[in-house]
Amino acid sequence: MQHKSKMAGADGDDSLYPIAVLIDELRNEDVQLRLNSIKKLSTIALALGVERTRTELLPFLTDTIYDEDEVLLALAEQLGNFTMLVGGPEYVHCLLPPLESLATVEETVVRDKAVESLRKISQEHSPVDLEVHFEPLVKRLASGDWFTSRTSACGLFSVCYPRVSSTVKAEIRQHFRTLCSDDTPMVRRAAASKLGEFAKVLELDYVKSDIISLFTALASDEQDSVRLLAVEACVSIATLLPQEDLETLVMPTLRQAAEDKSWRVRYMVADKFSELQKAVGPEITKNDLVPAFQNLLKDCEAEVRAAAANKVKEFCENLPEDSRETIIMTHILPCVKELVSDTNQHVKSALASVIMGLSTILGKDNTVEHLLPLFLAQLKDECPEVRLNIISNLDCVNEVIGIRQLSQSLLPAIVELAEDAKWRVRLAIIEYMPLLAGQLGVEFFDEKLNTLCMAWLIDHVYAIREAATCNLMKLVEKFGAEWAQNTIVPKVLGMANDPNYLHRMTTLFCINALSEVCGQDITTKQMLPVVLKMSNDQVANVRFNVAKSLQKIGPVLDSNALQTEVKPVLEKLDTDTDMDVKYFAQEAISGKYTTLSIFFLYEVASLGPRSLLVVLVLCQTHRSTMCPAECVSQCER
Amino acid sequence: MHLSSISSFIAKGLNTSDIISTVEFNHSGELLATGDKGGRVVIFQQELESKNQPQCRGEYNVYSTFQSHEPEFDYLKSLEIEEKINKIRWLPQKNAAQFLLSTNDKTIKLWKISERDKRPEGYNLKEEDGRYRDPTTVTTLRVPVFHPMDLMVEASPRRVFANAHTYHINSISVNSDCETYLSADDLRINLWNLEITDRSFNIVDIKPANMEELTEVITAAEFHPNQCNTFVYSSSKGTIRLCDMRASALCDQHSKLFEEPEDPSNRSFFSEIISSISDVKFSHSGRYMMTRDYLTVKIWDLNMESRPVETYQVHEYLRSKLCSLYENDCIFDKFECCWNGNDSVVMTGSYNNFFRMFDRGYRQDVTLEASRESSKPRSVLKPRKVCTGGKRKKDEISVDSLDFNKKILHTAWHPQDNIIAVATTNNLYIFQDRL
Repeated sequence: MQHKSKMAGADGDDSLYPIAVLIDELRNEDVQLRLNSIKKLSTIALALGVERTRTELLPFLTDTIYDEDEVLLALAEQLGNFTMLVGGPEYVHCLLPPLESLATVEETVVRDKAVESLRKISQEHSPVDLEVHFEPLVKRLASGDWFTSRTSACGLFSVCYPRVSSTVKAEIRQHFRTLCSDDTPMVRRAAASKLGEFAKVLELDYVKSDIISLFTALASDEQDSVRLLAVEACVSIATLLPQEDLETLVMPTLRQAAEDKSWRVRYMVADKFSELQKAVGPEITKNDLVPAFQNLLKDCEAEVRAAAANKVKEFCENLPEDSRETIIMTHILPCVKELVSDTNQHVKSALASVIMGLSTILGKDNTVEHLLPLFLAQLKDECPEVRLNIISNLDCVNEVIGIRQLSQSLLPAIVELAEDAKWRVRLAIIEYMPLLAGQLGVEFFDEKLNTLCMAWLIDHVYAIREAATCNLMKLVEKFGAEWAQNTIVPKVLGMANDPNYLHRMTTLFCINALSEVCGQDITTKQMLPVVLKMSNDQVANVRFNVAKSLQKIGPVLDSNALQTEVKPVLEKLDTDTDMDVKYFAQEAISGKYTTLSIFFLYEVASLGPRSLLVVLVLCQTHRSTMCPAECVSQCER
Repeated sequence: MHLSSISSFIAKGLNTSDIISTVEFNHSGELLATGDKGGRVVIFQQELESKNQPQCRGEYNVYSTFQSHEPEFDYLKSLEIEEKINKIRWLPQKNAAQFLLSTNDKTIKLWKISERDKRPEGYNLKEEDGRYRDPTTVTTLRVPVFHPMDLMVEASPRRVFANAHTYHINSISVNSDCETYLSADDLRINLWNLEITDRSFNIVDIKPANMEELTEVITAAEFHPNQCNTFVYSSSKGTIRLCDMRASALCDQHSKLFEEPEDPSNRSFFSEIISSISDVKFSHSGRYMMTRDYLTVKIWDLNMESRPVETYQVHEYLRSKLCSLYENDCIFDKFECCWNGNDSVVMTGSYNNFFRMFDRGYRQDVTLEASRESSKPRSVLKPRKVCTGGKRKKDEISVDSLDFNKKILHTAWHPQDNIIAVATTNNLYIFQDRL
């Protein structure tokens, strides 16, 4: 490896210079340059060779912890992939000092990255090196003066535990215990968040003897922020334990958490409810979790109710099959009914986003009898978000009872949302139109919703008009070109004569969107004449949009129409008095050639494959100055 | 107590930008931060104990000075935003560096104060003095090496918590979970995560729908020292509300309301103004809290809402002067108060550069003066007396000769030792008990 660095030197400055620049920029005043250099650290290390990397580069990096966070973050990440650059697994422990100092900085993101890299390189340590180098580092961090180093230690126990001797294992367990009762809440939080992960690598006996007592202690910590993390650990611990131990070892703590004085802890229980349910199994779910879930749905804090409402569908889905329906009907549904008229709109909208999912679980009869009234009530809710959430999940009900049952209430709800004063609400409902159309069928759509879709085209907010054109395209994709020709194309084209120029422009935007889905026939016969006619519009904005539209629909048209109809109009626009119209006409003329080059390819096909390539390249490079025909003649020469 | 000066920092001239607006010890007491009207933060460090005089603790010297806030202009509201530092709060130490929060009326900033004693040396393409080398002479690569250098203290801004307050921020307080802190303005209290700057949660909002119905404002707020879910806020009406964040996400409903019934015999035009609370501080134990209103300091037991357990008169002799204090606006001065390390003594400021200490156990009180004369090293501060009616004795000062322009609003007590910091307009005095 010495050899390598000598080689670089002997080559002279050619190869050395860029590396020298990179090294110098490691300490440049400009953060961006330092960052660039750090990101190319492997290049520097490669040039220095493994020995100088170990003896010079790494000591330097160990001392650079004064730098900006982004530089340190990049450094921490780089060092995780540095094993080969310091000489392979045999020397991987050389990377520990810089990562150790990075694991004590105050920025959480940097520390986390350093821990991630340490975990990564721990796998590259031999079992001996792990005990000689890595484990002492974990101990040093775990007994560090500052909490930053102790929090970092929490993430390292689980990677070294499985690979060390039983005496060292005992020490590691002792260190973890100490950190779980650390003075500072930050360290207890870090320990609580790694408790599950650590439990997974521990022998079952130690899980029962050590982890459970730590878990119980953390779950009754005086700090809310620690207790709520214990809920997460609860999931992993419950999965590890045999079913018969759950009742005595885990459930008392879980029950306590579900009734914690602090709403943040209860919120966490609600948020993790599905995971908890899977971890404790069907029996405990039936006996314990069902009443707990009922309480969370009735919690006095809206945040908790909303989190629980979000889980209603998942919870019901995962109930044991034999008693699912009874539990839902007798225990869950009454609470859900209350939530439909909750005072808090976040709760209602959380419920609305999942409630439709219950219909597949409960089947047709129950849905019609019990759920339908709730859907209908939510469709009439004063809060638009609730209504939207119902509409956006219609597909679930559609499968069970068909959407017709709902259409009576659905329609007024849609109409109301479509005319909502807030444009974002209107935008949201437009986005569901293709979905609704698909489910309601073409007849119902034509009868009830088509007028709405057309009305959005003349909305006074541009974002709505834009979404409306996009919506038309998706509808045509669903219902086909023939439907388009009969239902919407005439209406769209009719707007070309509207006195408002914004509406006339909408016609052009619609044509842009529709030409491809409608196909060549409709585009050439119906749309093109309208576009061409509009090139005489008195408003310049319309005229340059004609140029843009022609460019856009060009590929759909046949070459005859392009030559005889489009070209003359574009040439006319090219002589327009308005600068912008001219500009876009030229854009279209030159751009058209590239889109049209495909036609010319057929013509020049006889020239052989090499010439073809040349033509294409020339078309690309001389787009604006030369037409393909000229290119062809050029390459012939 | 026999206080004598260990350090004093007398500003040159009388620049308004030098007026000290907040004083705060860090958790070990080794560092003391002051903020001023010019947006600067000055940090003082206690020198290590000298070997020859072990009984004498080291004096405080300037450690670092930096510009925390700059004057700004809110173009939308056409309002000037002063750079004045309203509050400084230290974070518990997390590594070798120190961190503090400083705030002006609108924006809170997190600062890191760190030391550097090494710097890298050795370039490939230039000499140490900056002259470039001929690149063709570079035949080997040099990796820079760190060498010792003179200690350098750097202050760098780490986070800026902006755009969350419509009114003026009067308090910031770090939670015992060391993860969150609160910031209070006249009408609202927000809860922040120390790592997240782009959002905060509103936990108290007392703004009425119609601003004409506004009857009180928030004057101060603080987290409980060890119960992470409890905080208090005081109001201009003289009440203190204690809120429990466990109960609900929005703490508009307080769980306790501390209020002393008004004494009808003392009722006057000024009653409401002088009952406004200018500062509230939990005791280190967390059992009591202290409030300061214009004339008194009150100690409340958290378990008794109906009245304070102790009331101390700060300058009762001013009760007859309220009318003139109203006219010169002094009645709106916001005096702060502080506890000593073991909660046995409390301290607060007054006029004429006087400050008061009340010993809770012995029921004794003392008036001391912070002045250039008293700050001579080794001289022990002599108690002062204000003559309240009757014949003026020797050494007594008559009420009429008090200087109301010299006021001590900000004081701080070392978290463990009997060392206090007292700010008089633009001077800072640090005194120590020599016993």
